[in-house]
Amino acid sequence: MDVEITLRVDGTDHRLTVDTRTTLLDALRERLGNTSPKKGCDHGQCGACTILLDDRRALGCLALAVAHQGADIVTAAGLVNGGGGEGDGLHPLQRSFIAHDAFQCGYCTPGQICSAVGMLREAAAGWPSAVAKDPNAADVVLDDEEIAERMSGNLCRCAAYANIVPAIADVAHRDEVAAHRDEGARR
Amino acid sequence: MKPFRYEHADTVAAAVTALAEEPEAAYLAGGTNLVDLMRLDVATPEVLIDVRRLTSDRIEELPDGSLRIGAAVPNSDLAADRRIRRRYPVLSQAVLSGASGQLRNLATTGGNLLQRTRCAYFQNVTTPCNKREPGSGCSALEGYQRDMAILGASPSCVATHPSDMAVALAALDATVCVQGAEGGQGPDGELRIPLTELHRLPGDSPERDTVLRRGELITAVELPPPDFTATSRYRKVRDRASYAFALVSVAAALDVADGGTVRDVRIALGGVAHKPWRAWKAEESLRGAPATWDSFRDAAAAELAQAEPLPGNAFKMALARNTVVATLLDLMEAAR
Ligand SMILES: Cc1cc2nc3c(=O)[nH]c(=O)nc-3n(C[C@H](O)[C@H](O)[C@H](O)COP(=O)(O)OP(=O)(O)OC[C@H]3O[C@@H](n4cnc5c(N)ncnc54)[C@H](O)[C@@H]3O)c2cc1C
Ligand code: SF4
Ligand code: FES
Ligand code: FES
Repeated sequence: MDVEITLRVDGTDHRLTVDTRTTLLDALRERLGNTSPKKGCDHGQCGACTILLDDRRALGCLALAVAHQGADIVTAAGLVNGGGGEGDGLHPLQRSFIAHDAFQCGYCTPGQICSAVGMLREAAAGWPSAVAKDPNAADVVLDDEEIAERMSGNLCRCAAYANIVPAIADVAHRDEVAAHRDEGARR
Repeated sequence: MKPFRYEHADTVAAAVTALAEEPEAAYLAGGTNLVDLMRLDVATPEVLIDVRRLTSDRIEELPDGSLRIGAAVPNSDLAADRRIRRRYPVLSQAVLSGASGQLRNLATTGGNLLQRTRCAYFQNVTTPCNKREPGSGCSALEGYQRDMAILGASPSCVATHPSDMAVALAALDATVCVQGAEGGQGPDGELRIPLTELHRLPGDSPERDTVLRRGELITAVELPPPDFTATSRYRKVRDRASYAFALVSVAAALDVADGGTVRDVRIALGGVAHKPWRAWKAEESLRGAPATWDSFRDAAAAELAQAEPLPGNAFKMALARNTVVATLLDLMEAAR
């Protein structure tokens, strides 16, 4: 059954007609030609299709396009330039993944990066994780165990985890330093 | 996937009526379970009625100190809520131990409660399964049993309920608020069902997961005012460290008097039954007993005396017993 919908993707509105069965992942890849979100399993089990939906990380493969009209969708491709990058326009996480060699085939990478963007926001908002020693702690300290748990929805078939965790930790800790600096400046 | 119409309803009453009138309609919330099952051809609705904007996405405090969690509250917001974390940490931990960050952002409170079993035969339309196709037989009886039930199962179905959140809610004496197709007693015709009575045991009709009748819509879940639930914990055992369903899980809250006897306790088990399993017998055995390793082990044994493990999941007996003991010991430690 066809319906006409509007999707806002990486800052641009697109008007398109889709079958109601179309997921956000298929709409992005097959209809809008944005192949940065990947299809790994199509069942919610791998995280390759991760995008940002209204600033939160979400799976494109289980979200129906008709149910998310009007949402602000950001893909890994849209993080370029949008992330306050220097010169090359890459998002700090994208640059950190390159610097840390945090991939082999790269298939899981756009999902890993979108997931990490959402994860860092969740941690900054004080959301606990399943490995939190104290669920009531006011602040989250992103050590390697926390990062691994929070990123467990993103599988990497090449098992680049040993470099993915440091790539994310690097940006997380830079953000923490920046936050402390801002705090200091306000005092 | 079978073609379907996508619709919104303006009011709860309209949604309930729409479902009553369309035999092949289903409610859609986050879609993380339903869309998956539709892709597998296990669910074949012809109409989807999106209910995310129909129910509340807020957690409200009621005058008596209860918390009312709207059915559309995302799993991630529930787990992050400061009141939940302080008063009912077991609930926050249970939600966080389930699925992944990306899934918890989409998944809702109502959808989580009504997610279907992860039994591999249920999800595979080429294998017999009484839950999917009543009367076709249960493939798990002679098949893969690692994930199956040890408590309350029947020869028709040995599946387990997969929700972690529901196990914590069972331990917390939560109430499910439902807008009924007919016959609600509360204000606005609201039906109130204790969470421990929402899900069914399979008996000879495993196709019915819950006591809800067709068209009934979950609007909220209420938590009673906190008592000793601030000392509560969720412990989940699974085949990998994260992003996997429970083999066995335990939600518990413990209140120990100064003299070292158990004043009160709440225990519920996950991964062991067709429903979140409130361990009433273990609780009864513990009230008034000394809070010791021996009493904890005896309490677990009292509960598991009624268990009937299958050849492929007998390991769950020791696993359940040890996880109950470990969780209660953790709580002793936390209270110190
Ligand atoms: C890879 C993967 C791993 C997972 N791991 C875990 C895990 O470890 N632990 C765990 O607990 N869960 C896990 N889940 C399941 C997840 O928690 C559920 O899919 C989710 O909670 C369902 O919520 P939803 O809003 O997406 O529901 P939907 O998929 O939209 O709906 C589920 C069902 O509920 C019905 N429904 C929804 N809302 C209402 C309402 N208000 N009233 C009446 N009926 C309603 C729908 O009709 C449907 O039948 C996992 C899922 C995936 C895909
Ligand atoms: S255990 Fe239940 S869900 Fe699994 S095959 Fe048997 S009847 Fe179906
Ligand atoms: S493609 Fe969406 S989780 Fe695997
Ligand atoms: S880099 Fe190949 S799957 Fe992750």
